[in-house]
Amino acid sequence: MATTRSARVPEADPGISGGPERIRAIPLRHPVRNALAVLLVLLAASFIWDAAFNRPAYDWLSVGKYVFDIRVSQAALVTLELTVLSMVGAILLGSLLAVMRLSPNPVLRGIAWVYLWIFRGTPVYVQLVFWGLLATIYRFISVGIPFTDIGVSWTTQDTLSVFWLAVIGLALNEAAYMAEIVRAGMLSVDPGQSEASTALGMSWAQTMRRIVIPQSMRVIIPPTGNEVISMLKTTSLVTAVPLSTDLYTRTRDISAETFNPIPLLIVASIWYLLFTSILMIGQYFLERRFARGTRFVDVGPGASS
Amino acid sequence: MTDQLTGSSSFPMVLAERVVKAYGSHVVLSDISLSVDRGEVVCIIGPSGSGKSTFLRCINHLERLDGGRLTVDGELIGYRQSGDKIYELKPREAAQQRKDIGMVFQRFNLFPHLTVLENIIEAPTQVKRQSRAAASTRAMQLLERVGLAEKAKAYPASLSGGQQQRVAIARALAMDPKLMLFDEPTSALDPELVGEVLDVMKQLAKDGMTMIVVTHEMGFAREVADSLVFMDGGVVVERGTPSDVLGNPQHARTRAFLSKVL
Repeated sequence: MATTRSARVPEADPGISGGPERIRAIPLRHPVRNALAVLLVLLAASFIWDAAFNRPAYDWLSVGKYVFDIRVSQAALVTLELTVLSMVGAILLGSLLAVMRLSPNPVLRGIAWVYLWIFRGTPVYVQLVFWGLLATIYRFISVGIPFTDIGVSWTTQDTLSVFWLAVIGLALNEAAYMAEIVRAGMLSVDPGQSEASTALGMSWAQTMRRIVIPQSMRVIIPPTGNEVISMLKTTSLVTAVPLSTDLYTRTRDISAETFNPIPLLIVASIWYLLFTSILMIGQYFLERRFARGTRFVDVGPGASS
Repeated sequence: MTDQLTGSSSFPMVLAERVVKAYGSHVVLSDISLSVDRGEVVCIIGPSGSGKSTFLRCINHLERLDGGRLTVDGELIGYRQSGDKIYELKPREAAQQRKDIGMVFQRFNLFPHLTVLENIIEAPTQVKRQSRAAASTRAMQLLERVGLAEKAKAYPASLSGGQQQRVAIARALAMDPKLMLFDEPTSALDPELVGEVLDVMKQLAKDGMTMIVVTHEMGFAREVADSLVFMDGGVVVERGTPSDVLGNPQHARTRAFLSKVL
C-alpha cells in the first residue's frame, strides 16, 4: 500500500530521496467510451449543420431580426420583473411559513401546513386563473374596523393591475415551495449552534440572524437557485391571468401576425437561456460566499493571505 | 422579592435546592441539592444517563426546571418570584441571566461560518454592545491566554479538536462570566489533545474562576477540584473532597462506579 500511496505524490522523486520506487503503469484504455464520445460529437455536428442550412422552417434570418426587436426585449424585461418580484415575495412569505412550521404553537403550525397543502397541491396555472378572476369574486378591497363604518374601500379592478395579480399568484404559489426549502435549511443547522449562542446570552432573533440563517444558506441557496430558474420559465403561464406582456406571450402574439411561429419560439428561448445563464453565474458566487468556513472551500478574507 | 437577596456575597455562587427535571414521565433529576461557593471548582462524575449534563444545563436555563429552585449569585434562574407566585421569565430576561454564565460544550459548538476571532467577539458585540475594536482587543488577550493568538483569522474547521475547545473556552470567557460550566469538555477529543484543554482549565481554576465541570477525567478532578460530586439516577449520591470520594467512597454505588473507571 505504501508504494501506491507514494506513487500518487507527484513531488516524490525516488531518485533523490531514495524512497520506495514509483509505479510506472500504462493507463487503462477505454475504447468503447471514446468511440461513444466521437459518435455523439458527430451526431451533434450533423444536427447543427442540418439545422443551419437544410431547415428553412427555422428561418434564422427572422430569428436575427426579432431577437433584438424592441417589443421582444421589453417583454423580456417584464418577464424578468415578474421573476424577481415574485421570488422576493415567495422568499419572504416562505421564510415566515417555515418559521411557523417550526413553531411550538400548534395553530401556527397547522395554518402553515394547510397553506402548503393548498398552494402546493393545486397547479399554478389554475391558481393564476383564479387570481385573474379575483375582481369577479371580490369586487372591493376594504380595510376597516369590523361592524363599524370606519375604513376605506377600493375596487379590486382598479387597484390591482393584471401584472400585480400575476406577481401575487406566482409568489403565493412559490412561497409554499420556498417554505419547505427554508425549513430544510434551518433544520440542517446543528442544534448545538443555537444552543451555544443561547448560552452566550444571545436572543432568539440574534441567534437566527447571526448564527442559524447564515449557516442554513449553504443548504438553502442551491435549491433556491433552481426555483428562480424554474420561476423564470413559469412566468410564461401568466397568460392565464391574463397578462400578455411577458416574453412568451408577446412572441406568440407576434408570430400570430406573421404566421411564422418557429423563429419566435427560438427568440424566446434565446432570451430565457440568457437570463438562466446570468442566474447560474450569480448562484455560483452566492454559494462561494456562504461556503466560508467549510473544510474544502476556504474563501474567507483571512484564508487567502 | 428575591432581588433584595441579590448581591449579598454571603450567598453561594450556585445554590440548587431539591431540583427536579423530567421529560414527560421520564425523571432525569429526581432531587438535586448542591451548593457551590465563589471561586470553588466542583467536578461532577457519574455514569452516563445519571443527569450530570442535564443538571449543568439547568443552571443556565437551557433546560427548564420542573421542581425545586436554583439560584446563581442569589438570583433565581429562569423564574421570577413575586410574593407567593412564580412567573416564568421572558426569553429576553433569561438571556440576560445567561450572559453571566459561561458554558463549554462537549462538541465545542464553535460557529463554523465565523473565524476564531469573530467567534469570540460575536456575543460581546451583539449582546453587550461592545465596540468591535474593544471586543477584538479583549479577544486577542484571551486567545493569547489559551495559546492560540496566531489562529485568530482561521476558521474552526481548520483547527484540531483541542484547539477548537480552547477557542470555545475563550469565547465563553469573553463575556466575563462569574461562573463557568463545562459539559464533558474533553470527551470528544483525541487522547493526546486532552492535556492542552485541561491545562487551560487548570489555569482558569488557579485564577479563581468558579467552575462546575462534568468530566470523566479523574486525574483532573483529583488535582484541581475543591470538591467532587458523584451523581447517579438523578440524585447526588456523595460529595466530598476528591481524595475522600475517590480514595474512600462511602456509598456502594460510588464504589461500583469507581471500580469501573479507575
